[in-house]
Amino acid sequence: MQIKVENNKAWFLVLPVFIIVAFSAIIPLMTVVNYSVQDIFDPYTRYFVGTEWFEQVMQDSRLHEALIRQFIFSFTILIIEVPLGICVALMMPTKGRGASLALILVAIPLLIPWNVVGTIWQIFGRADIGLFGAFMTNIGIDYNYSSNPIDAWLTVVLMDVWHWTPLIALLCYSGLRSIPEVYYQAARIDQASRWAVFRYIQLPKLANVLVIGMLLRFMDSFMIYTEPFVLTGGGPGTATTFLSQSLVQQAIGQFDIGPAAAFSLVYFLIILLVCWVFYTTIMNMQKDK
Amino acid sequence: MASITLNALAHTYTENPTKPEDYAIREMTHVWEQGGAFALLGPSGCGKSTLLNIISGLLKPSNGEVLFDGKRVNELKPEERNIAQVFQFPVIYDTMTVFDNLAFPLRNIGVPEHKIKSKVHEVAEILELSDQLKRKAKGLSADQKQKVSMGRGLVRDNVSAILFDEPLTVIDPQLKWKLRRKLKQIHEQFNITMVYVTHDQLEASTFADKIAVMYNGQIVQFGTPRELFENPTHTFVGYFIGSPGMNFFEATLENRDQQDKLVFGKEEISVSDAMLARLKAMGANKVKVGIRPEFVHVWDGKNNDAFAVEVDYVEDLGTYKILSFIFQGQMMKARLSEDQQVPSGQIYVSFPEQWTKIYVDEYLVDITDSAIAVDQAQEISHAN
Repeated sequence: MQIKVENNKAWFLVLPVFIIVAFSAIIPLMTVVNYSVQDIFDPYTRYFVGTEWFEQVMQDSRLHEALIRQFIFSFTILIIEVPLGICVALMMPTKGRGASLALILVAIPLLIPWNVVGTIWQIFGRADIGLFGAFMTNIGIDYNYSSNPIDAWLTVVLMDVWHWTPLIALLCYSGLRSIPEVYYQAARIDQASRWAVFRYIQLPKLANVLVIGMLLRFMDSFMIYTEPFVLTGGGPGTATTFLSQSLVQQAIGQFDIGPAAAFSLVYFLIILLVCWVFYTTIMNMQKDK
Repeated sequence: MASITLNALAHTYTENPTKPEDYAIREMTHVWEQGGAFALLGPSGCGKSTLLNIISGLLKPSNGEVLFDGKRVNELKPEERNIAQVFQFPVIYDTMTVFDNLAFPLRNIGVPEHKIKSKVHEVAEILELSDQLKRKAKGLSADQKQKVSMGRGLVRDNVSAILFDEPLTVIDPQLKWKLRRKLKQIHEQFNITMVYVTHDQLEASTFADKIAVMYNGQIVQFGTPRELFENPTHTFVGYFIGSPGMNFFEATLENRDQQDKLVFGKEEISVSDAMLARLKAMGANKVKVGIRPEFVHVWDGKNNDAFAVEVDYVEDLGTYKILSFIFQGQMMKARLSEDQQVPSGQIYVSFPEQWTKIYVDEYLVDITDSAIAVDQAQEISHAN
């Protein structure tokens, strides 16, 4: 009697994908999980500590403060960048050479490396030699981002708005371009006001790109590191120390790998959770009632 | 409600037009009477939509005037002209309910809410959308969406005219017929001037009382469907209207045995003496002869008065047959009824004089008394 041997060799075809995903995501993440449950003294001495680091992270008031700052920061820049980006997109010319010129001008901030952005603003905002800082000083406003927490916040927010509003603007611009001319014609015939055109034609058609834009901006701003690090170094005090900077201080500055790993995972889960809640809410809102 | 007059209207998209081809609309003067149902029929790119957009004010004409009830409206914006326009692809406001969509034009002009309510319900009733009012417009089917965009035109009082720009393109064939009938009903009920742009002759003739056929930026004929069929005044109308279109061949005016004859190949085409005299007077040597396939007479047997032609092939279209034959080297078509026997080989056809149309420079040579009287009057005035 002959038994037919099933050939499962086709599984090898998914091997490359499996390897790539393993190296790009699963293994690094598992390493972090591994660290988060151990207390490591040196390469040969380590103890399993269970959820101890997680408990510690959850109760760490420094991290709580950083988390609150982080939420305030992300919320602030979204509140500013989204409407501003829409306005910029609405004002950008649509035809001729002006259109390409506007596109290039708007896109420039996006092309600048992040630490360069930080450096630009660090100099731009200096009260003695910076264009912005010196201007503020000259008109009699006491502005100093390295000593005054409010000024520091203002500068960081301004920098992020300058850096990232173009992303929202470009996304909206492409969204606006995809609206057929006939919608505007119909609106004119229906005697719609400029506001009604925006509210009932442009905004609904922008909804999808705006969701993407807001998600991107939320995730990016929630993970912001380089620019404030270069600009203020998290100061004055801890005024502009956001989550990722606390994390780096902990992991590399103090070499507390275990708590830092636990922190990373919590951090990751927060982003995942917020994005998921945001996305599902929007999608449910869009559904036919 | 208004009559729409186009006075010496022309439009070009180029900045410095030099030749007639630069014009999307060549100079025309045309009147759409108040309360009529009109179709604007023509192939893609002939300027139909341009003309429609000029009437609605979405485009400003380069030359000439648009008059509503004799009043110049060139300077008025679309929103001030009080017209409604339905586009090829249904335009609805996605985020609104059907009710809000229909109420939108009224809300924009600040009509009180209780009036809006009764008006919207009235229009929804006519369009059979009453049970859909609370739904989001986004989820509607294409024909319902198109009804909603039509409804937005109907809710306003005293709309001057409703313009349709190929409104049934995206609608399923069975529903097309229903929707077209709905349009007709609405027209009868409201007595609004309606202009319906289409490239489909069937759509045009079922909807409109009078059809304007457009070709190369010009209205080449304006008449009832029957007039367009029986008496096309331009070769394009003959070719475009009817299925298949008119047969054309080029004939010459020759003098044979002291008599003028219209000759094609070896054959003489019989036309009236009046026509021959007229052609001679016009000095036209080369003319186009047109005859509809429906009017080509196919004889059952040999007939010495008819032309002997060669059958090429026969198509059976179910309710009728199309016979293709070679007449003096030229392919022509004749329409046969379904029960007519299918000839083959050599057959005999004749062209009844009444249905044989003569064209000079693509335009019909009209020899009815009134047409001649007009021409003579013009000649006299020119002579003076």
